[in-house]
Amino acid sequence: MAVKTVLESVHDTLWKAMEEDNRVVIMGEDVGAKGGVFRVTAGYLEQFVENRVIDTPLAELAIIGVGIGMAANGMLPVCEIQFADFIHPAFDQIVSEAARIRYRSNNAWGCPMVIRAPYGGGIHGALYHSQSVEAFFAHVPGLKVVIPSTPYDTAGLLYSAIHDPDPVMFFEHKRTYRLIKGEVPDNLYKIPIGKADRKREGRDLTIFTYGLMLHYAIEAAERVAKDGISVEIIDPRTLVPLDIDMILESVKKTSKLLIIHEDNEFCGFGAEVAAIVADKGFAWLDAPIKRLCGPNVPAMPYNHVQQEWFLPGVEDIEAAIRELAEF
Amino acid sequence: MAAKTAKAKKESLELEMLLEWYRQMALIRVFETNAEKAYQEGNIAGYHHVYTGQEAVAVGTFAHLEAKDHIVTHYRDHGHALARGIDPKRAMAELWGKATGTSKGKGGSMHLASRELNFWGGYAIVAAHISLATGIALAEQYRGTDSVTLCIFGDGSTNNGYFHESLNLAAIWELPILFLCENNLYGMWTPAEEVSAVRDMTKKAAAYDIPAKQIDGMNVLNVYQEMQEAIAHIRSGKGPYFVEALTYRYRGHGAGDIEAYRTKEEVGQWREKDPIVQMSRYLTGERGVPEARLEELQAQVEAVVAEAVQFAAESPEPEVESLWQDIYAKPFPDSMSHSQGRS
Ligand SMILES: Cc1ncc(C[n+]2csc(CCOP(=O)(O)OP(=O)(O)O)c2C)c(N)n1
Ligand SMILES: [Mg+2]
Repeated sequence: MAVKTVLESVHDTLWKAMEEDNRVVIMGEDVGAKGGVFRVTAGYLEQFVENRVIDTPLAELAIIGVGIGMAANGMLPVCEIQFADFIHPAFDQIVSEAARIRYRSNNAWGCPMVIRAPYGGGIHGALYHSQSVEAFFAHVPGLKVVIPSTPYDTAGLLYSAIHDPDPVMFFEHKRTYRLIKGEVPDNLYKIPIGKADRKREGRDLTIFTYGLMLHYAIEAAERVAKDGISVEIIDPRTLVPLDIDMILESVKKTSKLLIIHEDNEFCGFGAEVAAIVADKGFAWLDAPIKRLCGPNVPAMPYNHVQQEWFLPGVEDIEAAIRELAEF
Repeated sequence: MAAKTAKAKKESLELEMLLEWYRQMALIRVFETNAEKAYQEGNIAGYHHVYTGQEAVAVGTFAHLEAKDHIVTHYRDHGHALARGIDPKRAMAELWGKATGTSKGKGGSMHLASRELNFWGGYAIVAAHISLATGIALAEQYRGTDSVTLCIFGDGSTNNGYFHESLNLAAIWELPILFLCENNLYGMWTPAEEVSAVRDMTKKAAAYDIPAKQIDGMNVLNVYQEMQEAIAHIRSGKGPYFVEALTYRYRGHGAGDIEAYRTKEEVGQWREKDPIVQMSRYLTGERGVPEARLEELQAQVEAVVAEAVQFAAESPEPEVESLWQDIYAKPFPDSMSHSQGRS
């Protein structure tokens, strides 16, 4: 086992998956000769034949549309959208075609593709390079939505996604790329899509979170632990399908739920989790379900004070934990 | 005698105009150098794309524009903003993310804008703004004005659906819009010819029967002369025009670009065609402008930029509350405070 960053984990997993199965190809803007804006695919062009590392023009709609056609026709494309913010021109292809092809064809065709997109803020990307887009896609039956948060999870989930028979939206938090390190086995392995992971054991309250916020939540939980507040953290790993059982099991134990995400609150993914727990776990709850999310503003601003305010920080999480713990 | 004075007057006018172009190009160059310095010093962050090398395109084109005309551009927008007359202080403050910036710090480098100047701003979703520009032109046509809408984008954008759909619309509706493609040979790190089926971008305009020409974008006099016809065509109601300006960015795509995709020789060859050097040769040679006059202009723009940097440095950060401003024309009442989310 080696210690890797999230970025290295994506790089190595994709690489090995391509070595193993020649149906796997990657395509996107600047992914080939230049190795990707974040250097995720650095060195690929030297290693693989050119038609497996496809540099595309600046045309997101076509990257996805073409990917869907390839996937339906026997290949396993991994399409990269340079920044999640640029995915919207391809929204139609994803929602109308990728998500429906199996349903409309009565299972005659499927769409085993992966759409990778770095998302999230904290890098001064400003209005068009910082957004979280998971809620849009989580709303669409037919798609799977995966958000890995650690190097270990990234490798296992990406390998599963590549071999999943259905379209998988694979969102990588760009701030975690180089920030988060961890041990990753050398061989390819799968983490099942649809299984959450308990990232921390606790008794007093449950936090549901993913992405960069997961790491902030762990830090905040360590801080309050000194004062005897015991926090359990559930990382869903995949938003669709959602491991409802593990969330309910945890809430049954702690009786309190704090949902944290960077995406804005209104109609965010947390709303669904809150609704499910309110419905299925009502009897166990000792406090209102709380959400700590990005504010409901149209985009993440550039200015650092505003950006920091937009992103829930360790202090914000700590305060929210203390408040809920006291309830 | 009278004729002679008139000629002398015209020449002096023209010279003043040329000197103004020189000043604008020098201003952009110095501004960009200082912006890059501020970036290195950690005062500017995020994605940062400078215009160094391409100055003649903006300056030579904008010289034809009037206050009523519109400019809609992409994220490589510092030079465009300055050439349109945005206060360098407010532009620099925006790069620094300050409350005094053109977008009060919300936008940063890629989204400079000014309503007063009909400068609609830089747009960071590549090619999306081409549709906006098309709509802006349609509104002007509807109102029956002779305003021209200038839409600027790079070679990379011409491979995108927004571009093609918009050109088709502009052609069928004969819209008063100038599509200006600044072909600097690369889209991010990819050579234009690797991702475009045609090298000559004017062929894409030809597909929609839009009159088009390819011009040398490194010489401001040339840009000005070539644009005359295009602007006159549009202003007289004959519909859209497409110009591909061949140009070059001296610096990387953005901050931190290691530029492995091109050679130092190539950059050197283009630097030999430097728009500012060409203009200074012309002015001192053919127009007999003393070197000292150009040095004076240079000193002047350096002072302007130094002042802009100081202004940016001393300006306050925006208030956190401004996060919730300008979302709707009228904010929601408190009872619907989900508009705020976390408070
Ligand atoms: C829709 C979208 N896709 C991708 C990007 C990332 N990106 C930013 S600039 C750029 C290259 C654009 O090249 P070009 O249009 O030639 O403009 P230049 O930078 O050369 O001025 C890319 C791929 C983006 N900002 N928006
Ligand atoms: Mg370009």
